[in-house]
Amino acid sequence: MTIKFTQDHEYIAVEGASGTVGITAYAQDQLGDIVFIELPVVGKVLKKGDEAAVVESVKAASEIYAPVSGTVTEVNAVLSGEPGLVNQDPAGAGWMFRMSIADAGELDTLMDEAAYQDHIK
Amino acid sequence: MGEPYAEDLQFTPLHAQHIALGGRMVPFGGYELPVQYPTGIMAEHKWTREHAGLFDVSHMGPSFLMLAERSGDPEADHAAVAAVVETFVCGDIKGLKPGQVRYTLMLNASGGTIDDLMVARPADPAWSGVLYIVVNAGTKEDDFALIEKAAAGKAVLNRADDGGLLALQGPEAVEVMAGFVPDATDLSFMTYGSFDWNGTRLVIARSGYTGEDGFEILTDAEHAVAVWEKLLADERVRAIGLGARDSLRLEAGLPLYGHDLDETVSPIEARLGFAVSKRRREAADFPGAARILRERDGDLKRVRIGLLVEGAPAREGAEILDAEGGAVGVVTSGGFAPTLTRAIALGFVPPGHAAPGTMLQVSVRGRLQAAQVVETPFVPHRYVRKARETI
Repeated sequence: MTIKFTQDHEYIAVEGASGTVGITAYAQDQLGDIVFIELPVVGKVLKKGDEAAVVESVKAASEIYAPVSGTVTEVNAVLSGEPGLVNQDPAGAGWMFRMSIADAGELDTLMDEAAYQDHIK
Repeated sequence: MGEPYAEDLQFTPLHAQHIALGGRMVPFGGYELPVQYPTGIMAEHKWTREHAGLFDVSHMGPSFLMLAERSGDPEADHAAVAAVVETFVCGDIKGLKPGQVRYTLMLNASGGTIDDLMVARPADPAWSGVLYIVVNAGTKEDDFALIEKAAAGKAVLNRADDGGLLALQGPEAVEVMAGFVPDATDLSFMTYGSFDWNGTRLVIARSGYTGEDGFEILTDAEHAVAVWEKLLADERVRAIGLGARDSLRLEAGLPLYGHDLDETVSPIEARLGFAVSKRRREAADFPGAARILRERDGDLKRVRIGLLVEGAPAREGAEILDAEGGAVGVVTSGGFAPTLTRAIALGFVPPGHAAPGTMLQVSVRGRLQAAQVVETPFVPHRYVRKARETI
């Protein structure tokens, strides 16, 4: 499994032609306590950079963008009742949605772990 | 994420303490202040509701207005300095009892709100002719200029905003105060006094901005760190950032200047009619009196309401619609209420839509969500108003 990162702190964990999207540990720390999450509907077609979800902290709303183009295949409905999972386990139980990847070439425009760690320094 | 950084931010005397505690520093009102510490806004909010939170509010504008020439007659001197302040506020300042703190509003000629502020009369007759005035951070330069203009030749304004102003808030605040400045626990809500602490003077008011019992403590810059560290050393006390300060005041239904109050909003629209004192009303001798008295008699276009919002928080600027989808108003403050674990908001709508129980809607990212008008505060105030006379 390959994990890629965007400048805006989303990750996409790629398995074959699909990917699981969430926000990084750094992003959840910056946002603070997450109190509400608006997820996309399954079947939604996203272009790279489209607004895909919204996370609300106590203070503010932040948009989550599609890391690559594709179609939403599954959402983490548990987050509706337990948005704090994004704070507790952003890379695991706090995932937000899964998507099919329309153009694998777009993954090459994203950062790998080392580049992302450099980006948030 | 994060606001663009303004240049020339000022530091409070407690800046190094915030950094040492891991505070996430943000620009606010011209100062660099902690929006939260590592435990986060939710934990800080709950700690304040259950124990005692310590807030650095040194960015605000404490000051003392002193009569230029005092006669020595305490009542006459108080009346004279009160007359200066009454030219720009709607509250009865002359009628303040010794030691009393009053929430009032600075108004423009059209009855809009220039700022909301606290004005207090010293308890000690020896200080008659002096008023303790605390204005908001974001407006303080303009406020102080306005006060000085009104006072010209009659009174002198001494700013005290180079010191430390600390708020200790929560149900355990009084027990903490008992181990700090015991005499200050005799204060009741909205009274203040001057107290000795280790050879320095502290000006302590029983007041705050969270809906909880608590104190606001003014110290000079030199002693600010010692006061902060002494209070934080108590295990019941934790440092609380601006994020929780905002969520606490929102739950308490308290307006925030620049959001729920501005130069267009009158005290009556903001449901702060209690701040238009009876004597002033009868004399109609404050700025914008004609509009404000007309509105008080029912000629009102909009009024501040509280909303329980279903689903995502409706933030400032979100449109408020009636049940049929017609636009009726706008949210001026909104967010997540940690105590209620749901979204709440303050906003303005015409009086016909303002009755508690009215079902309205809010537009969040283009989608309509149900919102019910409710009485504020959202979370009951727990101020300590003592039956016995303490002053």
